[in-house]
Amino acid sequence: MTVKDIIEKLELSVLVEGDLSREVTGGYCGDLLSWVMGRAQSGDCWLTVMGNVNAVAVCVLADCACIVLAENAALDEDARRRAEMQEVTVLRSGENAYRLAVKLGEIL
Amino acid sequence: MSSINLHFDVPGDDFTRAGEASGSVKKTLKDLGFGHDVVRKAVIALYEAEINLVIHAGGGQIDIEISPECISMVLTDHGPGIPDVALAMQEGYSTAPDNIRSLGFGAGMGLPNIKKYTDEMKIDTKVGEGTTMYLKVFNT
Repeated sequence: MTVKDIIEKLELSVLVEGDLSREVTGGYCGDLLSWVMGRAQSGDCWLTVMGNVNAVAVCVLADCACIVLAENAALDEDARRRAEMQEVTVLRSGENAYRLAVKLGEIL
Repeated sequence: MSSINLHFDVPGDDFTRAGEASGSVKKTLKDLGFGHDVVRKAVIALYEAEINLVIHAGGGQIDIEISPECISMVLTDHGPGIPDVALAMQEGYSTAPDNIRSLGFGAGMGLPNIKKYTDEMKIDTKVGEGTTMYLKVFNT
């Protein structure tokens, strides 16, 4: 299951396009950055409402496959620029993190 | 490969630049051919320590020495110091103010994550003078 597959199946909008062929191997929900960084696994699809520049850094360093902003959470302009620079895929949905996680769990 | 030394000055209270040093070190380690797990351990620990410099210490310096066997990281600041290191090492303990928490920090996982992802961790700290943290990740 690639990021591109996740976009189609979860009907996500693409805010920043990174490597859409990246394999997604799991999922993680959380908004506290250190908590996420200590526990998310490489290849996870990260569901969060945190759309700031630090979230992009956490995604890069924890090596998550992509960020999905739940409930149409905003992506800061700084964060968008950083994501483009570091080729981090940032996606968005109107659904909440719980519903997205359920759907993700069904297709992974 | 002989040792490679890197130095970074980290400005305080600038969250738009926080993580630049960690990102740069990640790229260097990947370019040098270090394994995925070793890189991940080193940069997660470094990012947590870098964020601590920004949040708590008004900035500081990072010195990295990369050898084939080990990634050594020394973080120095002249901030307020840590009054109770054992307490600060406990998961969930945080002194981050509300404006920092609203950015997603302040989970009280910074120092525990550093310990978890490094092979050696040593803290020298003195209240009112500052903190130096010595971190090592071995290339296993």
